[in-house]
Amino acid sequence: MAAAEKQAVTGAGPFNGLLTWIDQRFPLVETWRSHLSEYYAPKNFNFWYYFGSLALFVLVIQIVTGIFLTMNYKPDAAQAFASVEYIMREVPWGWWIRYMHSTGASFFFVCVYLHMFRAMLYGSYRKPRELLWIFGMLIFLCLMAEAFFGYLLPWGQMSYWGAQVIVNLFDAIPVIGPDLAIWIRGDFVVSDATLNRFFAYHVIAVPLALLALVVAHLLALHEVGSSNPDGIEIKKSMDPSTGRPLDGIPFHPYYTVKDAFGVVVFLIVFSIVVFFAPEAGGYFLEYNNFIPADPLKTPSHIAPVWYFTPYYSILRATTDEFVLWALAPGVVAFALLIIWSVKSSAPRIAVGVTAIVLLLGLLTLDAKVWGVVLMGASVMIFFFLPWLDRSSVRSIRYKGPISKSAIALFVIAFFVLGYLGTESVTGGRTLAAQIGTTVYFLFFFLMPWYSKMDTTRPEPQRVTWK
Amino acid sequence: MSDQSDVNRGRRSLVIAGACAGGAAAVGTAVPFAASMLPSERAEALGAPVEADIGQLVPGEKLTVEWRGQPVWIVRRTQEMLDGIKRIDSKLADPKSERKKSELTPEYARNEYRSIKSEYLVVVGICSHLGCSPQDRFKAGPEAFERDWTGGFFCPCHGSLFDLAGRVYKNKPAPDNLKVPPYTYLSDTRILIGEDKKGA
Repeated sequence: MAAAEKQAVTGAGPFNGLLTWIDQRFPLVETWRSHLSEYYAPKNFNFWYYFGSLALFVLVIQIVTGIFLTMNYKPDAAQAFASVEYIMREVPWGWWIRYMHSTGASFFFVCVYLHMFRAMLYGSYRKPRELLWIFGMLIFLCLMAEAFFGYLLPWGQMSYWGAQVIVNLFDAIPVIGPDLAIWIRGDFVVSDATLNRFFAYHVIAVPLALLALVVAHLLALHEVGSSNPDGIEIKKSMDPSTGRPLDGIPFHPYYTVKDAFGVVVFLIVFSIVVFFAPEAGGYFLEYNNFIPADPLKTPSHIAPVWYFTPYYSILRATTDEFVLWALAPGVVAFALLIIWSVKSSAPRIAVGVTAIVLLLGLLTLDAKVWGVVLMGASVMIFFFLPWLDRSSVRSIRYKGPISKSAIALFVIAFFVLGYLGTESVTGGRTLAAQIGTTVYFLFFFLMPWYSKMDTTRPEPQRVTWK
Repeated sequence: MSDQSDVNRGRRSLVIAGACAGGAAAVGTAVPFAASMLPSERAEALGAPVEADIGQLVPGEKLTVEWRGQPVWIVRRTQEMLDGIKRIDSKLADPKSERKKSELTPEYARNEYRSIKSEYLVVVGICSHLGCSPQDRFKAGPEAFERDWTGGFFCPCHGSLFDLAGRVYKNKPAPDNLKVPPYTYLSDTRILIGEDKKGA
């Protein structure tokens, strides 16, 4: 029997016997070693590498506080709003648990956005980490779904009208759209049926998917190994005597301690918000959501929570004029660019046909449809980053001026779009959002060309580390 | 991997057939789950018509009634408002209400003012873009969103504009005019919303 051949656990004092007993029936020592004590991570991680573990920590906060909120919340259109106020005013410490959950939602997005930006800076998505990146993007999609479903639950004005707008996005899909929207709502308008099912998605369906994806994300990470700020593989420089990467250090205890420090700093900031500014000036909890849902009256100013505003701006920027003067010429120019760059005829024909179909669609379908398409594309395009980036180096440290300017412009566009999404519509703001949208998409669409033609500096053999 | 010659053909076929049957059963099982998410009988029954009393409505004012969980607006238009509707056709996306006629504009409302009686506008107050309820901006005069504004509705969500006949302005996110619900006059001061003719 294999179990009998396993060595006894040593070094755990009085627990040696118990751990040996477990290890002979469960891969305890092996798991501990391969994922923690003998998982070698590059020694040059910097500030940006806190946010993965912090995102995991926020997930735990959300699950724990969520369980306790469920004990008092009522997913019923007639009682939901009052049950949230009951939690806030009468349940002992209910306000604290709820503010942790609502603040946690925003901090989740802060951590995940910074974590994603880290990957973009250092090319962490490049081969062989494409699947790791894709799992991460799926986590991001789940997170957006989770935030959206959860936002309906307090049944305030913003909950109601936010859900109304987002569900109606599906209504824009040609042919099946209207029936699909009814199926999603379970009614002809956002109603009790919608609230009930969104509760089911929020507390069970999406969290299960989210947890499974987090496991897949970590397994994929530990299979390929962590990247680092230099964007080079530490596995290329192995210590011949031990067979371990020269620039690698065991995740435990080195990075568990580092991440624990990160958690402490995070909790300080998090607590300041929870205790002193849980509404964050209307950005984390919108003022209109303190008014119960009224299906007959849209609030005078409606905006999504801050983490959705860049995409919302893109949706609003897509007017008939934008489709005609930006999207249609953009499709033509981009098709010509690909046809010029690709030398064989089969892809050329495919690109030409796709461009013609797109053009026909742009000129016949409503701008509303294209707004929804662009909004979807603005999120989905991240999936393709590993294949769009064709630079000879991974990290921004060794990339040239074009790539650096491109990512700077992208960040500016992201923030401008994010800001505009919180504001009401005027002619000038729409124009600004249209420029932002253009920059946002050009960053991705032109990447295969500019990342390749950019001048790069040679990558070092070993990680740079002071 | 086993060599091709080692494969027991009969067993391989049974495995494939079994997997197909199991797959079909799984898809079939998904149908009741998906169907359970459709509106229930009770939700469908709530679409009954509602009556509105417009006797108290002053010219230039609006009354909102709830029909199928949606706001239905009844606006008593002044002569000035009606004149405004007449002169802005060139700014509208669909001035003659020709798009999706059968769905948005019942036959008796396919006229200049999109109504049975020109004085009373009856529309569902839900923007054709993403379903927000636009706000009243009845006063004519320059507005931030339109210099030569003749009165109408402004959607706060995405900036769509509608005139006082519920017709959408060009180059706005909303593609269609506001929906005119089926309605009929029971008397001079009572409107039935949700049915074309009594008993029909």
